[in-house]
Amino acid sequence: MATTADHFQAHPEDHSHHDHDHKPAFFARWFMSTNHKDIGTMYLIFAIFAGIVGGLFSGMMRVELAEPGIQYLDTFATWFGAVNPDFNSTLHTWNVLITAHGLIMVFFMVMPAIIGGFGNWFVPLMIGAPDMAFPRMNNVSFWLTFFGFISLLFSAFVPGGTGNGAGTGWTVYAPLSTSGSPGPAVDFGIFALHLAGAGSITGAINFITTILNMRAPGMTLHKMPLFVWSVLVTAFLLLLSLPVLAAAITMLLTDRNFGTTFFDASGGGDPVLYQHLFWFFGHPEVYIMILPGFGIISQIVSTFSKKPVFGYLGMAYAMVAIGVVGFIVWAHHMYATGLSVNTKMYFTAATMVIAVPTGVKIFSWIATMWGGSIEFKSPMVWAIGFIFLFTVGGVTGVVLANGGVDDVLHDTYYVVAHFHYVLSLGAVTALFAGFYYWFPKMSGRMHSEFLSHVHFWVFFVGVNMIFFPMHFLGLQGMPRRYPDYADAYTQWNHVATIGYMVMAASLVVWFINIIYAFTAGKRAADNYWGEGATTLEWTLSSPPPFHQFETLPVIGETAHH
Amino acid sequence: MTSGKTSFGLGRAVSSLALSLAAALTTALPAFAQEAPAAPSALATGAANGAAQASGAGSYTPMAPTPGIGMPVDGGIGLQEQFSKVGEYGHAIHHGLLWVIGLITLFVLLLLVIVAVRFNRRSNPIASKTSHNTLLEVVWTLLPVLILVGIAVPSIDLIAKQYKPAPKDALTIKVTGNQWFWTYGYPDNGDFEVISNMLNVPDAPVINNGVREVGSQPWDGPSQLEVDNRMVVPVGEPIRLQITAADVIHSFAIPSLWFKLDAVPGRINEKVLVIEKPGVYYGQCSELCGVKHAYMPIAIEALPRDKYNAWVLTHAGGEIDGQDKPAPATAAPVPTADASEAPVVDATAEAE
Ligand code: HEM
Ligand SMILES: [Cu+2]
Ligand SMILES: [Cu+2]
Repeated sequence: MATTADHFQAHPEDHSHHDHDHKPAFFARWFMSTNHKDIGTMYLIFAIFAGIVGGLFSGMMRVELAEPGIQYLDTFATWFGAVNPDFNSTLHTWNVLITAHGLIMVFFMVMPAIIGGFGNWFVPLMIGAPDMAFPRMNNVSFWLTFFGFISLLFSAFVPGGTGNGAGTGWTVYAPLSTSGSPGPAVDFGIFALHLAGAGSITGAINFITTILNMRAPGMTLHKMPLFVWSVLVTAFLLLLSLPVLAAAITMLLTDRNFGTTFFDASGGGDPVLYQHLFWFFGHPEVYIMILPGFGIISQIVSTFSKKPVFGYLGMAYAMVAIGVVGFIVWAHHMYATGLSVNTKMYFTAATMVIAVPTGVKIFSWIATMWGGSIEFKSPMVWAIGFIFLFTVGGVTGVVLANGGVDDVLHDTYYVVAHFHYVLSLGAVTALFAGFYYWFPKMSGRMHSEFLSHVHFWVFFVGVNMIFFPMHFLGLQGMPRRYPDYADAYTQWNHVATIGYMVMAASLVVWFINIIYAFTAGKRAADNYWGEGATTLEWTLSSPPPFHQFETLPVIGETAHH
Repeated sequence: MTSGKTSFGLGRAVSSLALSLAAALTTALPAFAQEAPAAPSALATGAANGAAQASGAGSYTPMAPTPGIGMPVDGGIGLQEQFSKVGEYGHAIHHGLLWVIGLITLFVLLLLVIVAVRFNRRSNPIASKTSHNTLLEVVWTLLPVLILVGIAVPSIDLIAKQYKPAPKDALTIKVTGNQWFWTYGYPDNGDFEVISNMLNVPDAPVINNGVREVGSQPWDGPSQLEVDNRMVVPVGEPIRLQITAADVIHSFAIPSLWFKLDAVPGRINEKVLVIEKPGVYYGQCSELCGVKHAYMPIAIEALPRDKYNAWVLTHAGGEIDGQDKPAPATAAPVPTADASEAPVVDATAEAE
């Protein structure tokens, strides 16, 4: 582990000179919050809520896909305000579902949870800082994200061309998103991205400033916990990539409303330009969603193996390398657009390079466990699950990296399987691992280990049932974003839909576990995971005081090597 | 079929890793890739197909597809059987990749199991403090590099093969994606145009007004995939496909021919297609294009040259290269192969 707190004693002052923390009254505390822990909590609750909405949308998609033909979409169309929907607006509802599902899960579930939630909560705690560098801007970031979500939900109920809602896919490709989608829905969808993007950019500035300037005395960059490293790299990715997205979607808005033709060939523009801009953001974005997860997994694996992270510097710089290389591989999402052959070759080679630092991470986690004295507590079980599932998603990425092979797999369910293994099974598993790791620290209550293990195994079976067969469907040629399919694809789609039910059941176990913790859970000790947990948050009470580290901790010379 | 065809294009890929990859992929692992049932040697054709031999004016009866060929198979778990050289090569490379990624995944799983068994709290109460091993770290950085180089060599070679420019005299067909159907223009054959709509599905909402239902003719393929007018092409000849779109982006994709290229408004994307066997090959639009994205399939029927010519002559204005026009009804100008009204020409086919 990067830091040990041997030399630091939890604050006796916390108890001596305040009887209680001075917490503001309800409205001021939750609506005008400047406290990183409160804002982190708000982000987590928000992300859980958005995740439920996004998850319901995917459930609607899965029941529709259980069999060929259109069975439920007309009913769903009425939920978005259609009256006696015709066949076109029925089908439009499908495109609204896939679009909203993708946007919600990316911008309003994974990012707020992993960066806004865990980042806000634990970056200041882990570096020994009293709060974030810009507490008010922190508040602004949250509310921008919140209203972004409102804007996106609103878009589902206003006309989007062939029916209510934006039906462009989360990638919002022109010209389907410009001349192809009249009506205000797509404008509200784009505005949602503007708001969420602005929230993320301000958040990124906040994290970079905090991490670079507010580390406790003695905590050099090379002693920072890997979770902090991961958030630092992520913040740079956000800062450099989101403005490009903002520019691209602003051009969409002007193409839509003010007669410009950035992406319209008949006015001298180019639809493919939009894709370059989108993926210049989009590929870093996929790493934005997973890097903090890498950080969480590193903390957990080290804690429960009771060993320092193996190859700490390699781990930190592997993330930096992933971040850097992540900016020069974007067109692997565009192999079918008609790139020139040399361009295709370049992006094939560059994309494969990313697998090297990714492999370093996987092997270093295993080496951290090697020789350890592993306790299979709930966070560790989730972390080991993560390592395996992320490996499966990573290796299919290597297949897709080959421009010549991608010609048959692009825009099929194989790609859907790939990115769900790295996201729904990777990033989400890391989120649950982090949740079980830190929930008692945040709430002061222990969850049930038994229910957490049940949650893991049911979830593991469910998600593999959903997404593994999608490799088969993709290899057999089933295109993505289809509400209906040829009969030959029925079996595996059916399996996937059953898998969804299993996965959903696991979430019920999770909710029960949360209720259990708050009603019957034991009070959490300061360091409830014991000797392996060595970062600074474990020196504080659970939950930590409203303001911590009023006297800065001093990090000793204990080497991490 | 895929095995034994790796010689195509591997000639220049001489790194030993590439060769071992190729060796691995010649052994098809049944659990990984399910082969579609082999094509019967005699081609299954429509009952009345013999009529196409009639001389002079064209005649044509659509060919009945062979079940499982050029289409997905029930519960299939592997790539569709390939019917182009590039497809066979790509399929072989994918087999090799499947071995590589399968072994890597199993290796990681094995390590995790070992760790869980040997290094849990009971079997190993005292944790070691090792946090470094430079040699190990160098090895697990360089070994993946070598594996990736081994993948990259045939992979880049495959890309080069795919984008070999068409020979000058190749037949040009112009493919246009529309919301929500495809049109196929034949500039080398008198510039007639074929409009291709998905067949309606019985007991389901009407997709295309005035189009018949699937199954109403003996040669109809699977529902969702069959169309009223197929894109008919000559077998065994290089065909220069020039692909564009009229409204939004679509993508022209046929899995069994290893072909996917976006149809982008304002651009022409070009790629060569050579189909090795007569048959019907199905594909589907592969770029989200609006509400009926799932309902604009592609059906390519590859016929021997004489039958192709007979099909051409069934179209008003259809004419055969270098042959007398049977009935010069309309004085259609003979367009050059690359004539096009689209403003941007994006020549994707570059010389190697
Ligand atoms: C070994 C590393 C990886 C490689 C080589 C890789 C490669 C690729 C390639 C080539 C594609 C494009 C496929 C296509 O559209 O035809 C793709 C899609 C995608 N990947 Fe990865 N990937 C890797 C890791 C990841 C990770 C870590 C994430 C996120 C956590 C991720 C998320 C995605 C997503 C979301 C898409 C689909 C985007 C869309 O079209 O909607 N990938 N990946
Ligand atoms: Cu990418
Ligand atoms: Cu389409």
